[in-house]
Amino acid sequence: MSGRGATARRLVVALPYLWLMLFFLAPFAIVLRIALSEVASAVPPYQPHFEGFSKLGEFLSGLDLGNFKTLLDDVLSGDSLYGASYLYSLRIAALTTLFALLIGYPLAYAMAVAPKRWQGALLVFVVLPFWTSFLIRVYAWMGILGPEGPLDKLLMGLGLTDEPLRLLNTEAAVLIGMVYSYLPFMVLPLFASLQKFDRSLLEAAADLGATPLTAFLTVTLPLSLPGILAGAALVFIPCVSEFVIPDLLGGPDTLMIGGVIWNEVFSNRDWPLASAIAIALLVVLVLPLVLLQRARVARERAA
Amino acid sequence: MKRLGPGLILALVFGFAFLYLPILVLVAYSFNASRLVAVWGGFSTHWYGALMGNEALLDAAWTSLRLALVSATAATALGTLAALALTRYGAFRGRTLFSGMVLAPLVMPEVITGLSLLLLFIALDVERGFWTIAAAHATFGLGFACIVVQSRLMGFDRSLEEAAQDLGATPFVTFWTVTLPLIWPAIAAAWMLAFALSLDDLVVATFAGGSGAATLPIRLYSAVKRGVTPEINAACTIMIVTAAVVVISASLLMKREQLSDR
Repeated sequence: MSGRGATARRLVVALPYLWLMLFFLAPFAIVLRIALSEVASAVPPYQPHFEGFSKLGEFLSGLDLGNFKTLLDDVLSGDSLYGASYLYSLRIAALTTLFALLIGYPLAYAMAVAPKRWQGALLVFVVLPFWTSFLIRVYAWMGILGPEGPLDKLLMGLGLTDEPLRLLNTEAAVLIGMVYSYLPFMVLPLFASLQKFDRSLLEAAADLGATPLTAFLTVTLPLSLPGILAGAALVFIPCVSEFVIPDLLGGPDTLMIGGVIWNEVFSNRDWPLASAIAIALLVVLVLPLVLLQRARVARERAA
Repeated sequence: MKRLGPGLILALVFGFAFLYLPILVLVAYSFNASRLVAVWGGFSTHWYGALMGNEALLDAAWTSLRLALVSATAATALGTLAALALTRYGAFRGRTLFSGMVLAPLVMPEVITGLSLLLLFIALDVERGFWTIAAAHATFGLGFACIVVQSRLMGFDRSLEEAAQDLGATPFVTFWTVTLPLIWPAIAAAWMLAFALSLDDLVVATFAGGSGAATLPIRLYSAVKRGVTPEINAACTIMIVTAAVVVISASLLMKREQLSDR
C-alpha cells in the first residue's frame, strides 16, 4: 500500500469517527456527567463539577448520586411518578406491539401470497405513509377522534352508539395512534419472512391430513417467527420512549417516559434529573432489548 | 401460486383502509369551507389561499428544506465513508467502538439523543439554531445512510476493483471510476432516507435548535397543540401529495432501471 493510499484510508475512517466522537460519544458522556450533578437555578440549570484533570480526585468525590437516589426513592415509594410512567410506557409499547401484530400479520400474509406482479405496488403502498410526516399522521387522528369528529358521527349515524365516544385524550387514542404510526415497521419484516416461506410445505401438511388451521399453527407460524420477532423489536423499542403520540392524542393520565424527560427539560428545567432518567431508561430498557436482539441475530447466523 | 381467498382480500382491504382512511379524511377536510371540523360547509380552496399568506409557516417550510438538504448531504457523505471503513478495512483499531457509535443512534430514543445534544451545545457554549440542528440530523442520518450503503457494498463484485487496480489505477481513481458508479443507487437511496428523516424530525430539532430556528415540524406541532384547523389540513395535504408523488415516481424509476438491467 502506497503512502498516499494509507493516508486516504486513515481519512476515510477518521472523518466519520471524529464526527461521531463529537456528536454522539461526547454528548453521551455529558449526559452521564450531568446526571451526577445537582440542579442549580441558573442558566444552564446545572452545576458542572468538572474542572480539568488535575482535579480528578476532587471531581470524583464530588459526583453526586442524588438524582439516581431520587429516582430510586420514587420508584420504591408506593405513589411513584417515574416508576409509574416507566411501567406505563412498557404497557403501551407491549399493547401497541400486540395490536400491530394482529393487524399486520394478516396484511403481510395476504401481501406475500398475492400475485408477484402486485407485490411491488402493495409494498410501496405500505411504506408510503411512512414517507409522509409523522406529525401529519398523528394529527389526522386528532381530527378523526376529536369531539364531534367523523368517527363519532359515523358511529352515531349508524346507530352503534348513542353519544360521542370522546376518544381523544384517552389511552385508546394513544394506542390507535401508536399502532397506526408503527404498523409499517411490523408489516415489512413479516412480509419478508412470509415471502421466503415455501408454500409446498402447507400442501404437504394438508396431504398428511392437517386442517388449514393446524397447518397454519404448526407450519406457517413457527417459520415466520423470525419476522414476528424482528417486527416486534422494531415496534416495541421506539414505542417505549415515544413522546409525540401520547402528547398529542393522550391526556393527563397517559404520561410516558419520553414525556417525563421532555417535561423535566422544558418545564421543570431539572436537567440533572432528566439526564438520570435518560440513563436509567437506557440501562433498564433499551440496552437489554438491543442485546437480546443481537443475540438472536447471532444465533440465526450460526444456525 | 394459489388465488387470494375472501379472507385474505378482506385482510388487504382492512389493512389498507386503516392505513389510508385517516389521510383521506384529512385531505377531504382541507377542502371544507367551514372552520368547524364537525360541519361540512361545502367545497372550498379558501384554506390553501390562507396558507399562502401564512409567512411563518412558509418560512418554516423553507428552513426545513434547507436543513434537510444540508444534513442529508453530510449524513450521506459521512455514512458512505463509514460504510467503506466497516466493509473494506477489516479489523482496524477501535472498530467495535466505531460500529457501535454508527448503529447506536438507530435505536437511541429520540428524547435521549435530543437531550444529549442539547447538553453538548450548552457545554460548548454554541448558540443553538440552524447549524446545531443540521449537525444533529447529520448524526442520526449517518447511521441510516451507512446501513443502506453497506448493504450495497456487501453484495458487490470486488473483482472489478481488483481489475482496475491491476490495470494501474490508484485507489482513488478506482473508487471514483469503479466503486462510486456501482454503489450510486444506494447512495441516492441513503440520501433520500436521510432527507426524509430530517424533514420529519420534531423531537431532536426542538432540543438541538432551541428558539434559534423554527422548522416546519416545530411550527406544525405548536399549531396542532392549539387544535385542529383547516389551514393546517391544507398544509398537510400539500405535504402528503408531495411525498406521494416523490415516492411513487422514485419506485417507478427504480422498477424501470431494474427492468433495463435485465
